[in-house]
Amino acid sequence: MTAIQHISTSRRIKDRVVQGLVYLAFALAVVPLVSVLWLVISNGMSRFDVEFLTHSMNGIGARDVGGGAYHAIVGTLEQVLLASVISVPIGLFTAIYLVEYGNNGRLSRAISFFVDVMTGVPSVVAGLFVLAFWILFLGFSYSGWAGALALSILMMPTVVRSAEEMLRLVPVDLREASYALGVPKWRTILRVVLPTAFTGIVTGVMLAVARVAGETAPLLMTVFFTNSINNDPFTGPQMGLPLFVFDQAARPNDTAVDRAWTGALTLILIVMLLNLVARLIAWWRSPARGR
Amino acid sequence: MATNVRTRDGGPATSRSASRRSHGEGLFRFLATGAGVVLLAIMAAIAVFLIGEAIPALRANQANFFTELTWDPNGQQVFGIAALAFGTVLSSALALVIATPIAVGVALFISHYAPRKLAAPLGYLIDLLAAVPSVVYGLWGLAFLVPLIRTPSQWLNEHLGWFPLFAGEGAIGGKTMVAGSIVLAIMILPIIAAISREVFLQAPKMNEEAALALGATRWEMIRMAVLPFGRPGVISAAMLGLGRAMGETIAVALIFPATFDITFEILTPHANSIAANIANGFGEATQIGRGALIASGLVLFVITLLVNMGARLIINRRKEYARAGA
Repeated sequence: MTAIQHISTSRRIKDRVVQGLVYLAFALAVVPLVSVLWLVISNGMSRFDVEFLTHSMNGIGARDVGGGAYHAIVGTLEQVLLASVISVPIGLFTAIYLVEYGNNGRLSRAISFFVDVMTGVPSVVAGLFVLAFWILFLGFSYSGWAGALALSILMMPTVVRSAEEMLRLVPVDLREASYALGVPKWRTILRVVLPTAFTGIVTGVMLAVARVAGETAPLLMTVFFTNSINNDPFTGPQMGLPLFVFDQAARPNDTAVDRAWTGALTLILIVMLLNLVARLIAWWRSPARGR
Repeated sequence: MATNVRTRDGGPATSRSASRRSHGEGLFRFLATGAGVVLLAIMAAIAVFLIGEAIPALRANQANFFTELTWDPNGQQVFGIAALAFGTVLSSALALVIATPIAVGVALFISHYAPRKLAAPLGYLIDLLAAVPSVVYGLWGLAFLVPLIRTPSQWLNEHLGWFPLFAGEGAIGGKTMVAGSIVLAIMILPIIAAISREVFLQAPKMNEEAALALGATRWEMIRMAVLPFGRPGVISAAMLGLGRAMGETIAVALIFPATFDITFEILTPHANSIAANIANGFGEATQIGRGALIASGLVLFVITLLVNMGARLIINRRKEYARAGA
């Protein structure tokens, strides 16, 4: 208490004012989150029913009530799965290269730098690239697969970064013990390093999936639009849940806007669930690292 | 079991197992290096194919691509990036001005003000902001934010209309530049806050404790020991946020009214951006139209690439920030 008395009033006031501003900044940041979640839940619940989850928009007129997002949910799940199938092996092997083989050489530094830069590639540009390359240059048609290609470009850098971080956490002692037993490097990576880092990598992949599951812009120019169910991601236009929300939100009548809110609720549930499970896995494996 | 392991992996190196081992090793190294090269190739391919598909449209353009305001590639084949690029830069700059101070405050709150036990969950709360899909922010902006800021916008226009940004005649409020910028600010806040937080946490503890021991208040300690250390990190975090705001598409596509003019009157319904124009214009685009949109995407790609590379160079120059890359 005596120490406080030596601090002049103006310094103390300044300290208090800054503290107030810092608390205010945090409160300001939380307001939109609460507001978004509240609106999505309250507006989305009205149409969050069995019909919404099990029906498509096929044959639903402009002002009709009813209809659902089944086609979009199926599309999103397939596209995200395919995107993971493409990006996880490439991302994981790149991380292995950076950690185990790169030795901080020129190639390794270039890759590392461009992985960082790649995280900043706008999602719409990834979509335009797949449009230019896959659809206009190679002449394939719009499909869920094309959408998955675009999403995989957005996933790769996230997978590389998280896998790299997890691989670097594996103690060097473990690797050296394995080498000392005569196990070659690649088997050490496969049998010792990867299993040790496994849960961390799974967490990273799920966070990457959660990130791209909500992407709309790249789907717009790759999977196109459809109102009917298309279970085959390789032929014909598909739908995606974010695209469904975008489409319905832009329509002028209330029934469509209601569907948009329910679509947003479904999308947020999927994304938050992925996030939550990912964090739970991470927390469960290493309670001490959490900050 | 033991013998099995020995003969398969660590046993005496007969020529057969040695060659198999080097095959495996070579293959594995090849796969790892190849994956990294694929990543570099994708970045190069993005540039190459965007340029390739943009050239025919640019050839057909009847106007100067860099100075023309209108965007009519489907009809008269007259289109230019000027108004769109202006909108992209202005909306992102506004978003940055709104988001950076709040994000720095949030980062300081998590790193130096919040109780230890609460810091992690509260930080996670901010990260959740980044998990909300962009289309949901667009929907929220349309249904909630646009009506909400109409009255304040009109008040600002009435009382502070002499200030160029708040000037304007006729309809004030609605789907405006400022509405889109606020949504962009919310979307880039988590990344700026996350990187700044990491950087602030890495400020040397010795300096902080020395400042406190000399009788500094908490704010004085932060000003002397934390902020100078963190400044380059905050700058690059802001640049990463800027890059993200520029590329953000769907939220602003829903909010911006898709006009093609250059105006600083952010309270009037005149706003557009490169990314929003791509999303809104793609559906009805002809072949030339798609090429024109790809050309505008190329411009966006180059701008965001430069911003991001600048930010990364600042981060990478400081070894202390090694862990802060998000």
